[in-house]
Amino acid sequence: MEHNIYIYIALMAGTTYLIRILPLTLIRREIKNRFIRSFLYYVPYVTLAVMTFPAILDATQEPLAAALALVVCILLAYFGKSLFLVSVLGCVTVFITEWIMHHLL
Amino acid sequence: MLGTHKQNFLKGARDGLPIFLGYFAVSLTLGIAAKASGITAFQAMLASLTNNTSAGEFIGFTLIAEGGSYLEMVLMELIANARYLLMSCALSQKMEPKTPTWQRLLMGHGVTDEIFSLSIRVPSKLDPFYTYGAIAVAVPGWTSGTFLGVILGNVLPASLVSALGVGLFGMFVAAFIPAAKKDKVVAGTVAASFALSYLINRLPVFDFLSSGMKTVLLTVLIAGAAALLFPRKEEAADGA
Repeated sequence: MEHNIYIYIALMAGTTYLIRILPLTLIRREIKNRFIRSFLYYVPYVTLAVMTFPAILDATQEPLAAALALVVCILLAYFGKSLFLVSVLGCVTVFITEWIMHHLL
Repeated sequence: MLGTHKQNFLKGARDGLPIFLGYFAVSLTLGIAAKASGITAFQAMLASLTNNTSAGEFIGFTLIAEGGSYLEMVLMELIANARYLLMSCALSQKMEPKTPTWQRLLMGHGVTDEIFSLSIRVPSKLDPFYTYGAIAVAVPGWTSGTFLGVILGNVLPASLVSALGVGLFGMFVAAFIPAAKKDKVVAGTVAASFALSYLINRLPVFDFLSSGMKTVLLTVLIAGAAALLFPRKEEAADGA
């Protein structure tokens, strides 16, 4: 069976968009249940932490460079540095570390 | 959050700049994958503009190359992007209850890992215009990067792509570390997340799970355990 690529893309987009908007549009009021409130409070931090590690180690050519960048980012964020600075200095850490590993070692 | 809609839009646009850079770098590799799947630059750009998701698009392009069924496509997208369902639930509590439907529909396109990490870290309630600002800056980075990835392929030096690749993770860190500093329970959930995520991703027993499903399972497990063991006091619940 021949498939149309635009139908594929439309299905991808439609499914993804529905997942994104259903809770946002259907949950209109503040949830009172203490467990659900607490659960939703913890969700973002857990999700972001789960997605960060160990995936960051596979994002660079050298896992060591990514590990160092992670430490740098955690320290900068802990001391209240801005999102932009945390992100950019993470990239700089990888760049410098990999340069040293590839050129000096 | 304080400020006019315009101020918040501009703030979102500024905070979205690192996302622009990170998206641009990541979507270049997505474009390269699209090309390998026989997808044209225009089609890849269209997919990025309308999907705005890395894992979902990678999986989608693979399935297109394999000639998978339409039903299979819908199911794979559901699995790859199920985490957005949780993020959308969390965002629903971050908004003023009176926020109109059209604003919620627009906001929906900004439920990505990175834009979500911005939206959820603003103090008190979220002004959707902040998210629009971030979307307005980030989505063009994602879309143009995909387009150029198909056309240019591997012309950027690997060292640069590698360095830009951690930019998005830096943003995640900037979202959860300040919260962990303020709240010991959050710090504990972050530590547990790192440890369990490492195990589930490195032990071959769990290879049958997609990375999206792993994220969903661990989120439900860890956030659920934290909510059971350390339910939050009502007055503190808005501090997210």
